[in-house]
Amino acid sequence: MKYKLPLLIAFCAGILMILSEFIPRRPFSQLSGTLESWFLIIAGFAIVLGQLSLLKLNIMKVFSKSENWQYHLAAIISFAVMFLFGILFGMQRQAGLLGHGEMLSNLIGSKPFDYIFINLYQHLMAAMFSLLAFFIASAAYRAFIARSLESTLLLSVSVLVMLGNTSIGAAMTNSLPAYLHLPNISAFIMDFPNTAGQRAIIIGAGLGVIGSSLRLILGIERSWLGGK
Amino acid sequence: MTDFWTVLGIWIGALATLSIWSFLYKDNPFYKFAEQIFVGVSAAYWFIFTIYNVLIPNLFDKLITDFNSNWLLLIPGLLGIMMLMKIFPKYDWLGKYPIALMIGTTAGLSLVRFLETDVINQIIATMINPLNSGSAVVAFGQVILIVGTISGLVYFYFSKKHEGFTGGVAKTGIIFLMVSFGAAFGFTAMARISLLIGRLQFLLGDWLGLLR
Repeated sequence: MKYKLPLLIAFCAGILMILSEFIPRRPFSQLSGTLESWFLIIAGFAIVLGQLSLLKLNIMKVFSKSENWQYHLAAIISFAVMFLFGILFGMQRQAGLLGHGEMLSNLIGSKPFDYIFINLYQHLMAAMFSLLAFFIASAAYRAFIARSLESTLLLSVSVLVMLGNTSIGAAMTNSLPAYLHLPNISAFIMDFPNTAGQRAIIIGAGLGVIGSSLRLILGIERSWLGGK
Repeated sequence: MTDFWTVLGIWIGALATLSIWSFLYKDNPFYKFAEQIFVGVSAAYWFIFTIYNVLIPNLFDKLITDFNSNWLLLIPGLLGIMMLMKIFPKYDWLGKYPIALMIGTTAGLSLVRFLETDVINQIIATMINPLNSGSAVVAFGQVILIVGTISGLVYFYFSKKHEGFTGGVAKTGIIFLMVSFGAAFGFTAMARISLLIGRLQFLLGDWLGLLR
């Protein structure tokens, strides 16, 4: 029951979605629409589960006083503050349990949840992703010292694409014939060899997804049931 | 006059940015602290976002305003609660049923949509006649496109050993894949550098007031 019923549910849901694509008439179209809206709701609960699981993990680390537990406490507190502001006063146009919190919003200029989002979350995210600019330089260096045809090609193309998309690339090659202009070379690379590579990846991945989907629907792939 | 809360917001942003960047020196308490705050705030943001933008409009609002027409929504609601049971090890088996529905639905949808968009449409787009292109450069490019797509696919075909003719074609495929990765690398680098410039503008302009 614990294994056969989930497999049966997955099979029926999968077959129904496939049938509704090939027979776009009632009852299939209606059933697949219902299933899609249910999927959205369950996926919402899955996201909530993910956040709760993360919170549980952090709480366990703090209670067991594991290494660096103080930092996990910071995660719990920041979660709690953001969560409370969101639940009590809402976000953007949505009201929370205590309404929109006009008094607080007038004081700080926006809802507390949005204030933290704009002044903390967005800055942390941008700073975190901008760190990659530094690591990309070291990755490029490592690729250069590999000295293989592939790595040289990868780096040459990336340099050409970057220069072709900046004003300095155009300025550097302004005096050359049009076919040697860096923006034109960059556009050619993007339009043809790059598209060819991307297309091969997309078709390959698409075939892979189709194979995996079939395995899941037919119950051949069962690792999601817990390895049984 | 700039009000207190705006200034406080700028200072919070600046300190958060500097704490994250301190990782460039080495892993340190400031970075770890900022990293965990990022984790906590990010988790709470998506938690609240999901409640207000997914669960309330699609489930709770419909059940409260018109229960008679929407009572079937109790099923995904119940499945959602069963999904949440995964948090308790004793009842985690209950989560298998909603996961089964999600996996089945996703697999069915993916099978048909990927077949259409990622396989058939891409193959159709590659079935071009370079002789009809009108310009020598475009014709040359289209030949490259056809050769690159086919050789790239041969590289991903592992049922035959990559040796002899197949090996040669697969090697050509690697070249096209490397060009593709190089272009992606270039665009990623540009996007990150653009973020870095944005951060510097914030620190030097909004925070320190050195940029006007």
